[in-house]
Amino acid sequence: MEQLKYRSVFDIIGPIMVGPSSSHTAGAARIGKVVRKIFGEQPDTVDIYLYESFAKTYRGHGTDIALVGGLLGMEPDDPQLADSLKIAHENGMEVLFVPKQEKAEHPNMVQMKITKGDRKLTVTGKSIGGGNIQISELNGFKLSLSLGVPTFIVVHQDVPGMIAKVSQLLSNAGVNIGTMTVTRESKGEKAIMIIEVDERNETILEQIRALDSIYNVSYFG
Amino acid sequence: MFFSIEELVQQSHEYPSVAELMIATEIEMSGRTREQIIVLMERNLQVMERSVEEGVAGVTSVTGLTGGDSPKMNAYIEAGDFLSGETILMAVRNAIAVNEVNAKMGLICATPTAGSAGVVPGVLMACREKLTMSRQQQLDFLFTAGAFGLVMANNASISGAEGGCQAEVGSASAMASAALVAAKGGNAHQSAQAVAITLKNMMGLICDPVAGLVEVPCVKRNALGSSQAFISADMALAGIESVIPPDEVVEAMYQVGRQMPATFRETAEGGLAVTPTAKRLTEKILAKQS
Repeated sequence: MEQLKYRSVFDIIGPIMVGPSSSHTAGAARIGKVVRKIFGEQPDTVDIYLYESFAKTYRGHGTDIALVGGLLGMEPDDPQLADSLKIAHENGMEVLFVPKQEKAEHPNMVQMKITKGDRKLTVTGKSIGGGNIQISELNGFKLSLSLGVPTFIVVHQDVPGMIAKVSQLLSNAGVNIGTMTVTRESKGEKAIMIIEVDERNETILEQIRALDSIYNVSYFG
Repeated sequence: MFFSIEELVQQSHEYPSVAELMIATEIEMSGRTREQIIVLMERNLQVMERSVEEGVAGVTSVTGLTGGDSPKMNAYIEAGDFLSGETILMAVRNAIAVNEVNAKMGLICATPTAGSAGVVPGVLMACREKLTMSRQQQLDFLFTAGAFGLVMANNASISGAEGGCQAEVGSASAMASAALVAAKGGNAHQSAQAVAITLKNMMGLICDPVAGLVEVPCVKRNALGSSQAFISADMALAGIESVIPPDEVVEAMYQVGRQMPATFRETAEGGLAVTPTAKRLTEKILAKQS
């Protein structure tokens, strides 16, 4: 059987969200939230590049509000979502929106460049329908991340043994790896592991963080 | 898990109802407990109820394009002098309410999408009065709708950008008709027939939103989609069968969506979106925004 696009009754009845569009509003908020979780803290500046349908209709659909709300850590059903631009301003988060003319890989695509001090992160996300999303690029790494299942994102130094160490921790905890993507900027630089697992287990997060040569670990349950 | 409507109907024979099959499948697929699943669905139902109440009381969208039609329909029903039935008109009023709330960036439950969020709650809030449904029966209505919706989503599409409005309001209306049949005491086979009857009438419906916004014609298509769910359900309960089996109808809808030019798939480049009035409204909205 080919992989199912929808596996849960709550993909169909749900999500609870602030209108008006599951792809332009709820999906956008989810992308923002994922970016915030990967970054791990509130950024100082955010440049948001909008493509195609996102570029044409972002104001009418509240895509801008939703992306920023997500970056502030809000869920798609947060009643404060409508005030997110104001809240961002009050919290000292500088936001710039840039609607782009050129074609993109997907009609609902956004690229976000965020900074805090010396830290920088670039993420590209797509909103694929019904509030479901895909992260397709992270700091120049091509990837495909849907976050429909429990997922670990590990950013680490590209040194020998990292995959073995992380997978050993998962194995010790009895967590089965469903899929695993490993990629890197260039030899010896920063690398990233995206591990989709079968069991919901957040407790190994701290153990992975405690390993040498780890920059950042995120978990999406 | 069921991968076709035929499998759904067959597997449901091992359970008291399609709703129970859906709950058992959800437990198996998600690892959540029955209690957790019921709590999540109850939360969805409460949001649906609040969105209907809010819309019937009267709202206006961010752009001003839509809003205020639900109170009009409410007053018309209360006056008591109408052509069609009261339950259908209540569903229409409720569906308009939810989509008007959606258009003003209010809180809704996507069923299966935000653009088609009026149909299933609109129908449920109307038929629960007529059929005096218990809370559990109302939740079962949503599980039944979700079960048929899952098959359509996996074998065709629930995205207007992929398959046009037939994929959104068409799927929503089909889901509601299947759940109505079950709520009225029909069997799973009859629910499946209602899905086929509904989708056949929605087939080819394009997605042509004015200014690219989920307002015109979405609100009214939700209204009509909810009314149609009742007629399809009654036809199926009367024993009328679809000549083309439900799974073949779903496959046909998928193929129609694939063959549909991009003009008619949520790009606002065709249909109602390019009428002179729509163009004028689009310019006005864009001018207001910049």
